Amino acid sequence: MSSHYEAPIREPLVIGDKSYHDVSNDVAAPVEGRANKSWWIVFSIALVAFLWGLGCIIYTVSTGIGVWGLNKTIGWAWDITNFVWWVGIGHAGTLISAVLLLFRQKWRMAINRSAEAMTIFAVFQAGLFPIIHMGRPWLAYWVLPIPNQFGSLWVNFNSPLLWDVFAISTYLSVSLVFWWTGLLPDFAMIRDRAKTPFQKKIYGILSFGWSGRVKDWQRFEEVSLVLAGLATPLVLSVHTIVSFDFATSVVPGWHSTIFPPYFVAGAIFSGFAMVQTLLIIMRKVVHLENYITVLHIEYMNKVILLTGGIVTVAYITEYFIAWYSGTSYENYVYLSFGAATGPYWWAFWALIICNFVVPLTLWVKSLRRNIMWTFVVAAIINVGMWFERFNIIVVDLSKGRTPSGWAMFSPTYVDIGVFIGTIGFFFVLFLLYARTFPVIAQAEVKTILKSSGEKYKKLRAKHGDD
Amino acid sequence: MYMLSSKIKLTAIILMVVGLIGLVYGFLAAPDNVEEVKEMMAAEEHHDGSHAAVSNESTAQMQATEDASHNTANAEATGAGEGDHGDSHYEHLLHQLQSKPWSAIYVSAFFFFMIALGTLVFYAIQIAAQAGWSPVLFRVMEGITAYLLPGSIIVVLIVVFAGTHFFPWQNEELVAKDKILQLKAGYLNLPFFIIRAIIYLIGWNVYRYFARKYSVEQSNAAVNDYRPYKKSFKAAVFFLIFFILTEMTMAWDWFMSMNPHWYSTLFPWYVFSTMFVSAITVIAIVTVFLKRAGYVTFINDSHIHDLAKYMFAFSIFWAYLWFSQFMLIWYANIPEEVTYFIMRIEEYNLLFFGMLVLNFVFPILLLMNSDFKRIPHFVVGVGIIILIGHYIDVYLLVMPSTIGPNWFFGIPEIGSLLFFLGLFIFVVGAGLGKESLYPKGNPFLKESENYHY
Repeated sequence: MSSHYEAPIREPLVIGDKSYHDVSNDVAAPVEGRANKSWWIVFSIALVAFLWGLGCIIYTVSTGIGVWGLNKTIGWAWDITNFVWWVGIGHAGTLISAVLLLFRQKWRMAINRSAEAMTIFAVFQAGLFPIIHMGRPWLAYWVLPIPNQFGSLWVNFNSPLLWDVFAISTYLSVSLVFWWTGLLPDFAMIRDRAKTPFQKKIYGILSFGWSGRVKDWQRFEEVSLVLAGLATPLVLSVHTIVSFDFATSVVPGWHSTIFPPYFVAGAIFSGFAMVQTLLIIMRKVVHLENYITVLHIEYMNKVILLTGGIVTVAYITEYFIAWYSGTSYENYVYLSFGAATGPYWWAFWALIICNFVVPLTLWVKSLRRNIMWTFVVAAIINVGMWFERFNIIVVDLSKGRTPSGWAMFSPTYVDIGVFIGTIGFFFVLFLLYARTFPVIAQAEVKTILKSSGEKYKKLRAKHGDD
Repeated sequence: MYMLSSKIKLTAIILMVVGLIGLVYGFLAAPDNVEEVKEMMAAEEHHDGSHAAVSNESTAQMQATEDASHNTANAEATGAGEGDHGDSHYEHLLHQLQSKPWSAIYVSAFFFFMIALGTLVFYAIQIAAQAGWSPVLFRVMEGITAYLLPGSIIVVLIVVFAGTHFFPWQNEELVAKDKILQLKAGYLNLPFFIIRAIIYLIGWNVYRYFARKYSVEQSNAAVNDYRPYKKSFKAAVFFLIFFILTEMTMAWDWFMSMNPHWYSTLFPWYVFSTMFVSAITVIAIVTVFLKRAGYVTFINDSHIHDLAKYMFAFSIFWAYLWFSQFMLIWYANIPEEVTYFIMRIEEYNLLFFGMLVLNFVFPILLLMNSDFKRIPHFVVGVGIIILIGHYIDVYLLVMPSTIGPNWFFGIPEIGSLLFFLGLFIFVVGAGLGKESLYPKGNPFLKESENYHY
């Protein structure tokens, strides 16, 4: 990196007259302070939703999958829709911390910690579904290739559902390690500031005795880079493998070779939308407007535009090839003329409007930099990407090759309850995180303060670069 | 200022002349009628009777299985009148052998054209991303994209005039018998095909023209006057949108419709990955060449390192898309789709899997090490491997679809490769010499010059 030089036309990433000490203070404030009333209210709501969802899960497992709205034609619906949706959301975190690190995007530093937290909590939610949608979840350990007393009965490595097991578990563990490594210097900072012995003890354990020596930092950087290099193919392959669940099949609409990159682009698209949703609230509540600036929001909107554009091109491809293939079965797939006018027309148009039409507004600079509008668009994309997965799964299954098997799907309250439960669980975790973890990687922000901080950029403009 | 040395100029001209002779030979050597085909087969049998008989047998087998391919369909269309199966076989062979020189030119023409187009895309991405490391390379990239205009015109002329050599859906007799092709006629018809090709041609070249213009304007602008840069930024963003859409339809038009019954949704992005990684490799090779010749002292080994990282990353990306397309079709094994890979695996086995070694195994092993990526001759060496691999990739996009099992790497292939290599060196050399290689005035230039990784 070229000392502290940065082109003057770049906008500052840290605004206000901040010093290193201010950064520490601002980041530690939520951890050191006490939760206010609104935090408790929101936390209670999330907890209730979580407990309700837990009830639904217990009811499903103890009574049987039949309490869901699935039928013999549509064997996957909300369960796998929610699974893919949550995994997709989880991808933005790794993208921000790994891919943007490889591309040396300094703006990632203010948002990577929360994005990674979001990843991990979202993958937790996703991880529930492959287990609870099983008919006999207590035999779930049979998916693991462990030597056993059935003549060492093994798993079949040809199934993408098995690849999912490896993909998701590897993804969760690597993300967790990557996240925790980055947390060490920040936990150490909180440990060193702690006033109560209890807090000191806890953060002392969490920070693994980090003392910030030169050699430690050097290795820290190397590990981050290697993990970023590993996490990038991982993030691509995980959602690719999720897409294989569909694309390896022969179901019309599912069997499509574009699914691997298209699912990944969609994952980044939905993941960034969720990051926007969370951070726009967080920067306000935790007073981090100087670090998560309008510029950060604009950059994220640009990523949303890019990935949304890629997803749109994939929609066009799917739609075109459904026609071009000349197969009559393809007329009922989720992106076809038949889907646009069939019984699930509302799901088709919800997808088009939420994922294509509304995000187009972000091309307008003033809307891209408008925080309220960004929040609205991000929420709409989250809905739209849920519909995308719903359409791929349910619309394609509903009208298969044999008309006598055609069916419709409608969810029961248990389907919906489990989904609400995962949203509640996600927010329980995220709210606890926001009160106990340094939500901004202060050690990283401090490395760019003098090159990209507003104060220092002004000084350089006045006194020259050298 | 860079000047194309007379030595290189002479080499380029010799390459072009030799290549041209090879090309003309290729066309002259192609049989004109069935009798000549029979003579050729007889001559071949004379050399190695049993082998030729076996290969003919396997050819016939191939045609039987390759139902979706136009080859059979063409044979049926042309051979139907004859009635005699033996003659229809020779008719079919004649058509494939006549397509051979066309295909040979097309592979090389597209290969060099896609390098120029891919470079233009890389350039637009660097500008749209406001990259701080790459501005010192902009003039190098602009020089390479000078080949876009002649290259794209040649490619468009080839696809427009190739007719049924490439595109069986242009055979009216065939379409009259084929329900699926009639269904597709709304997209696969000659006037619309030509209109699309002209739209791509104009769109890509117009962006290249303005990108270069703004870049030169920025160099001549007053200090802190960034208006040309801002215009260039906007142009880059709109070009990228235009490109992702036209690249998609281009891949359908110029490659996928060679097998008009076959389809794969990933295909356009797969073609893009080949294009992109080849282009980055050529940027690296040209940069190393200019640096060694002392023209670009402001480019340091960190820039080379970054280019090598892109070569590494996009080689993996290419392999990812290759595998995704192959594995999904292999796994589902739907008859309409697998014909594409059956032809390539049975008749082009070594090339098909050898390409994976060149395009994936070598780059991932050789470019993993950070120190190696800074060594210019090492990057050039790996770059040449990558380029050979992607030439084979383009070869495999075209040849199995147009000439089927009758491939060999002969004079027309070598001739066209030499011709377009010469043309590429000549045009790019001239393009590099038109402006200073130092992109003065770029707002990120200082960041780029001081860039160290």
